[in-house]
Amino acid sequence: MEIVLAAKAIGAGIAVLALFGVGLALGNIFSTLIASVARNPASRDVVFPIGILGFALTEAVALFALLIAFLILFT
Amino acid sequence: MAAEGKTIDALSQFELHHALGPIGAAVNFTQSNAHMLLAAAAIVGLMAWGIAPRAVVPGRLQSMAEMFYEFLENLVTGQVGHEGKRYFPFVFTLFMFVLFGNVIGLLPYAFTYTSHIAVTFALAALVFVVTTVVALALHGKKFFGYFFPEGAPLWLAPIIVPVEVVSYLSRPISLSVRLFANMVAGHVLLKVFATFVVLLGGLGAIGPVVAVLPLGVNVLLIGFELLVAFLQAYVFAILTSIYLHDAVHLH
Repeated sequence: MEIVLAAKAIGAGIAVLALFGVGLALGNIFSTLIASVARNPASRDVVFPIGILGFALTEAVALFALLIAFLILFT
Repeated sequence: MAAEGKTIDALSQFELHHALGPIGAAVNFTQSNAHMLLAAAAIVGLMAWGIAPRAVVPGRLQSMAEMFYEFLENLVTGQVGHEGKRYFPFVFTLFMFVLFGNVIGLLPYAFTYTSHIAVTFALAALVFVVTTVVALALHGKKFFGYFFPEGAPLWLAPIIVPVEVVSYLSRPISLSVRLFANMVAGHVLLKVFATFVVLLGGLGAIGPVVAVLPLGVNVLLIGFELLVAFLQAYVFAILTSIYLHDAVHLH
């Protein structure tokens, strides 16, 4: 049983490796958002909701990975 | 996890229990249904009471009701265009139901009904059916041209059409899993850090001092969860509007 628990922990750890890509993507979204607002402050009202939408869609990928990790850990 | 006998029991908070005693048990009325009724009552109450005075200078409740209304009106007309006003009540109802479910679920002892895939998938399936029916009613057979963009070379059809069909059919899945996973992950995170506080608190003299750290994390997390609760309702509404835009304009 010990080996199964260890394998579960390792599997959950591997499942959340997807956060690597999510971290890159979130940094990319917000750096681009900041850059575009800095270049054209008037565009803030247009760009900001799109950035938030991108953030939410990207964050969902992280949560899918987290869900898989929970499934591995708790079932 | 179960090293010292105490376990982190993160998922039991999502279990359903019968509410309202024996009457509730007879008809399978759970605390999830009770919270849905509570959210519906809160929404109707906010709207009815808020709009009742019809003051030119709105009070607190009225400006809150007006804020929600204007926010969603801008969202729907911005995404769908002027024709989108017909679908505004639909998106408004969905947004308020999801928002109140998320926010009420953050209160202590409350249950988050949006943390069940059955609830979110029912909402997403409703969105899927409504957008498809709207598209079929407005465009008839031309709707199926949606799956093959104009101007693409015909020999690409065997590749493009299945991809478009699959992406269209996966919409309710991604819409429902996003909301459900966000809510589950947030509440599990809160529970895990809350359990850290309890476990550390029982560790002799130094334990309670260290336990302040996860407690502080939990305070921050509640603030973050409030943001997520609003954001996910917003994302649900904006994606519904985007799907409606596709249904009304076909690309």
